[in-house]
Amino acid sequence: MKPAPFELVRPRSLDEALEALASSPDAKVLAGGQSLVPLLSMRLASPALLVDINGIGPLAYVRSDDDGVRVGALARHTDVLGDDEAARVQPLLRKALRLVAHATIRNRGTTVGSVVHADASAEMPAVLALTEGHVTAASVDGRRRIPAGELFVGPMESSLRPDEVAVEAFFPALPAGAGTAVEEVARRHGDYALCGVAAVVRPGEGARVSYFSVCDVPVAVDVSEQLAGGPTDAAVADAAELALTRLDPPADIHASADYRRHLVRVLTARALRSAWDEAHEEGR
Amino acid sequence: MTETRYDVRLHVNGTVHDVQVPARRLLSDALRHDVGLTGTHVGCEHGVCGACTVLMDGRPVRSCLVLAVSAVDAEITTVEGLADADGSLGPVQQAFKECHGLQCGFCTPGFLTTITAGLEENPSPTPEEAREMVAGNLCRCTGYQNIVASVLRAAELRGGDA
Repeated sequence: MKPAPFELVRPRSLDEALEALASSPDAKVLAGGQSLVPLLSMRLASPALLVDINGIGPLAYVRSDDDGVRVGALARHTDVLGDDEAARVQPLLRKALRLVAHATIRNRGTTVGSVVHADASAEMPAVLALTEGHVTAASVDGRRRIPAGELFVGPMESSLRPDEVAVEAFFPALPAGAGTAVEEVARRHGDYALCGVAAVVRPGEGARVSYFSVCDVPVAVDVSEQLAGGPTDAAVADAAELALTRLDPPADIHASADYRRHLVRVLTARALRSAWDEAHEEGR
Repeated sequence: MTETRYDVRLHVNGTVHDVQVPARRLLSDALRHDVGLTGTHVGCEHGVCGACTVLMDGRPVRSCLVLAVSAVDAEITTVEGLADADGSLGPVQQAFKECHGLQCGFCTPGFLTTITAGLEENPSPTPEEAREMVAGNLCRCTGYQNIVASVLRAAELRGGDA
């Protein structure tokens, strides 16, 4: 399993990277490579040119303020996971990142790369969708902001153009009084989840859940109405049923579609209750 | 058609190696074939098994998931770099020997590098933390019990509080 031949450039600045991308119709950006290199090795991808952005140091940042957390294109999962300020401003980041693969993969893989790889089995696209964050894309033509709702267009397909670099992901801050949870079931720790649910609950204000591994693109669902009276058995069941109308759990060697639907119900209840409880603990 | 070769300067175990490799050369292959350090083993070649784990700037990474050309800025440590300066076994290696932490030995280089970095971060792991430390590495012989014991023994040998 070796990649097919390709040319490579290793720019030292973003401008150089953007020029290289503009120069070739069949170029691909390489950051952490934890998804791209296996795809190359299995020859599921064979771009003519790789633009390796690992030499562009200024893209390796995690910045947090009252608005939210800004993650640069070269920030490794490990860096975001270990950032206390980021965990305070948006606790979903740490809760989800500890479930992303194994530490060894997190040491190299980037959070922005994971988001724009747009794998609907992955945690971070679901977190971006849940928090209604956005990605900043740069090309030789300038910059644009792609909201999460417009980023994920199909299985492993984002609306990022081939000549663009996703330079930053922005995760909005958790509102005051809210609680969060991420729940997943995987065959082995570190594997892709069979089903995963992320939740944000603001008692009396609203509730949202998002899903991974049970849909083609990350799906976020507003369940404020269902949760208005608290996370009763009926309320969390209603929330899961509403979500199921938007989900399409696949059947594969790891789990049947029915089992995944079962997990949607169980994990939705667990995540909503856990987020609700956390909101009340924070409020005390 | 000749494939373009790139001049790559790798820093491995404190030594500089100048190699010329095609862009598609995986770091695992560059270490084995171009640098000649065959201690790094290649198992699944898609990041699942952990056999090829090396340290880049002290952090464990899969060398089969890094291109050699991307590794130029990093200080790389392979299993060959884990022995003490006089050539005697490092603490993790010694612990594996004492606790029978290997059988066929194929996966062992990946475990040794992973645990070396893991104990830097957490010098006195609990048995549960020791298990978590090696959760990303596959071993088909041992059943992991003696590997977990080796992690705990290595912590003792390093002089942690365990």
